[in-house]
Amino acid sequence: MTAVNLLTRLLAAALTLFGVAVVTFALLRVVPGDPIAMMIGPGATKADIAQLRANYGLDRSIPVQFAIWLRHAAVGDFGTSISMRQDVTHLIATRLPATIELTALALVLALILGIGGAVASVLPRRRWPGTALETGNGLLLAIPDFVWGLAFVLLFGVAFPVLPISGRVDPSLPIHFATGFVLVESVLRLRFDILGDVLAHMIMPAMALALPLASVILRSLRGALETEARQDYALLARIRGRSRLQVVTGEVLRNAMVPTLALTGVQFTFMFGGTVIVERIFGYPGIGNLAIDAIINRDLPLIQGLILTFGALFIVINLCVEACFVLLNPRLRHG
Amino acid sequence: MPNTTRRDFLQLTGAGLVLAGLLRGQVAHAADSDIVTIAYNVNLPAWDPTVGPSAVNPTIQAIYRAVFDQYIGQKPDLSFEPGLLTDWGWNADKTKIHMTVREGVKWHDGSDLTPEDVVWSLQRAADPKTGNPIQSVWATMENFTTDGQTIHADLKSYDPTLFEWMAFLTGYVLPKAYYEKVGPKGFEAKPIGTGPYMVDEFQSNGFLRLKANPHYWGPKPAFQTVVFKFVLDATSRVAEVQSGGSDVTLQIPYEDYDRLTKGGKFSGTCEPVSDIGMIFITNVEPLLDKNVRLAATHAVDKKAIIKRLLRGYGVPIDTLEAPGYAAYDPSIKVPYDPEMAKKLLAKSGFSPEKPVKVKIQTTRGYMPKDYEMIQAIAGMWKKVGIEAEIEVYEIAQHFQLRAAHKLAPFAFYNWGNAIGDPATSTGFAMFGPSSNSAWKTKDLDAKIAPLWGEKDEAKRIAGWKAVDKYIAEEGYVLPLLQYAQPIVFRKGLKVTPNKSEALEPTLIAKA
Repeated sequence: MTAVNLLTRLLAAALTLFGVAVVTFALLRVVPGDPIAMMIGPGATKADIAQLRANYGLDRSIPVQFAIWLRHAAVGDFGTSISMRQDVTHLIATRLPATIELTALALVLALILGIGGAVASVLPRRRWPGTALETGNGLLLAIPDFVWGLAFVLLFGVAFPVLPISGRVDPSLPIHFATGFVLVESVLRLRFDILGDVLAHMIMPAMALALPLASVILRSLRGALETEARQDYALLARIRGRSRLQVVTGEVLRNAMVPTLALTGVQFTFMFGGTVIVERIFGYPGIGNLAIDAIINRDLPLIQGLILTFGALFIVINLCVEACFVLLNPRLRHG
Repeated sequence: MPNTTRRDFLQLTGAGLVLAGLLRGQVAHAADSDIVTIAYNVNLPAWDPTVGPSAVNPTIQAIYRAVFDQYIGQKPDLSFEPGLLTDWGWNADKTKIHMTVREGVKWHDGSDLTPEDVVWSLQRAADPKTGNPIQSVWATMENFTTDGQTIHADLKSYDPTLFEWMAFLTGYVLPKAYYEKVGPKGFEAKPIGTGPYMVDEFQSNGFLRLKANPHYWGPKPAFQTVVFKFVLDATSRVAEVQSGGSDVTLQIPYEDYDRLTKGGKFSGTCEPVSDIGMIFITNVEPLLDKNVRLAATHAVDKKAIIKRLLRGYGVPIDTLEAPGYAAYDPSIKVPYDPEMAKKLLAKSGFSPEKPVKVKIQTTRGYMPKDYEMIQAIAGMWKKVGIEAEIEVYEIAQHFQLRAAHKLAPFAFYNWGNAIGDPATSTGFAMFGPSSNSAWKTKDLDAKIAPLWGEKDEAKRIAGWKAVDKYIAEEGYVLPLLQYAQPIVFRKGLKVTPNKSEALEPTLIAKA
């Protein structure tokens, strides 16, 4: 990827985000549900309501509101949350690490399960293990992440209570870390007690998010592995006496991964969308959970900031996927 | 292990600790008798109890009341008691008020509560710029003076509910000096009050850990540490108590309440609270026809709805005043009488074969079985000659439509009234000029208007009862039921149910 290419991509990303901002701003003010209506007490008079509208700048025209918002957003100020009375930027910055760690763990789990499953399914000479795995995989694919979440809550939270059901960390643990990346920082600080506790809290939501993605990876990679395994270079490796496992993992997997990687990248962005419900089920304090509160309270500045954050995440992930794509595919790397 | 290297040792130790961490926790809270953990049904968005949407959310008041004190306290049965004010009242002609501030109260930072804190809190609440949602109530006071611990103020207008508001939404005393020193953002980051608990750790959407205030002026709380886990999904809250991750939870499905409390491992209470389910009637066609309105009210079998949909938890009501409210009048009845409903509709030319068509709006999942209740009501109406089209909307839409007087002819809603005064139930819900009302007609407004400033309390309450009777006779609203609040807790605990719905930590004790 040349510097011009990179610049073009960044410009396109900025334009996309601007488009997202405009559409979101307009939509949020058109759809029914007024943030002021959400905070009207039983004794509120019409004058109280008008005053509240003025306090939050909602008495101005939509273009004026947008111009003010855009001017501040350009310097990273997304305003103050109506319901939480804190800077939107600060709120998102404190919650985003939790979601990033959760989705990253889910991605790792999905890759392990998906790649492991795909490799395992093409290794046996007989057809039935692969067919059985494919059938099981169809089941994984058919069940959405939130259903997995509820199932895990009932299974590992109630029937066999071995894992905590809600939160990110045990409230009794005194954690005073410098960043919000508790998982990473606990490793760096060799605080394995905290690491264990955080992992215990994350494993169920991460697995709920991972399973649907794992099944997509498995299905895509299995097909690619079977195709690649029939190529001349793979047959040649077999003739040279390398085992089936060695051929699949050493020769075929790398080539088969290229289309799967692109698909994984796209699906990974959807996983961020999945955090909205899964974080809610597990009381996990990330931006997904925050998004639901923001929508319920019609907290316009917070919704706006969160949608832009999700948009930025999508763009960054896609850029990363493209970069990986180039690294893995020599034809792209050498123009 | 003679060949064990430092790396091996670290790896083994780390793995052991990670494993221990993974397996810990499930029994930690319940085993520690000085900690109580509550799986709570709402998140705490912000700490200032006088501004923003959380200031008017009845459920969040439990947390606010743990950290802050109100001007006037309220017992679980809704009766009032001294709070930070030990005495209060009007002068003879009710143009002035006096309030005595409790002595010896300390803020969580160790400084003394002063009458200036109280005056500043009242003036701040009345300041339109601060964004208090019910600023107009507080703005009725002016010209504050202090004389020792006593505060005097003039009244711009008489509001019989003024002191009741001091125990209700936004009626909290905040620390003047501290707030001015740290500002709104500093206060949100580290709030202090005079309440029984101090904020120890707060992770929004995660948990809140409170420590007992050693200098609290009131009774010592039973637990040194209280943890609120914000678990907004009802299934997860049930799982929280079942797994032992939390000791107490609330607002769970009635089916789960029965299952848990009858299983022998948990105790529970499910008592009526100051929250009612009702159907707003808007003064638009076809509900300008009194026969249609009355038919709609007589055709609803509230007892059957409560029994079949809410497993018997709830109390049928015929006015907006629930049992326990100041103007509750059990003699006002709107009986279930489908035959009468048919006759009324027949007078207006409607029948089951030729029904009157009308729209009803409802939330779905916002209140227990809300949509199912409306489905059942639509079924009952159909039998007498009312064909209802159900439209599901979000609660935010309801507020917006109601404020704009654009609700459908029928609209389901729940109405909380933790001070139990008729002004804050029938008054705001039915008075035409109120932004909260749906039925706006001059006949009703003429009956309500004189009651706002009525200085004779007995006459005022009698007046509201008469208004409720008139509303029932005219069919201006369809009251359904008083909700019951399910609370489940582990054996060994005792929870005193609070009619105001606020599950305050001080109401949880060791059995």
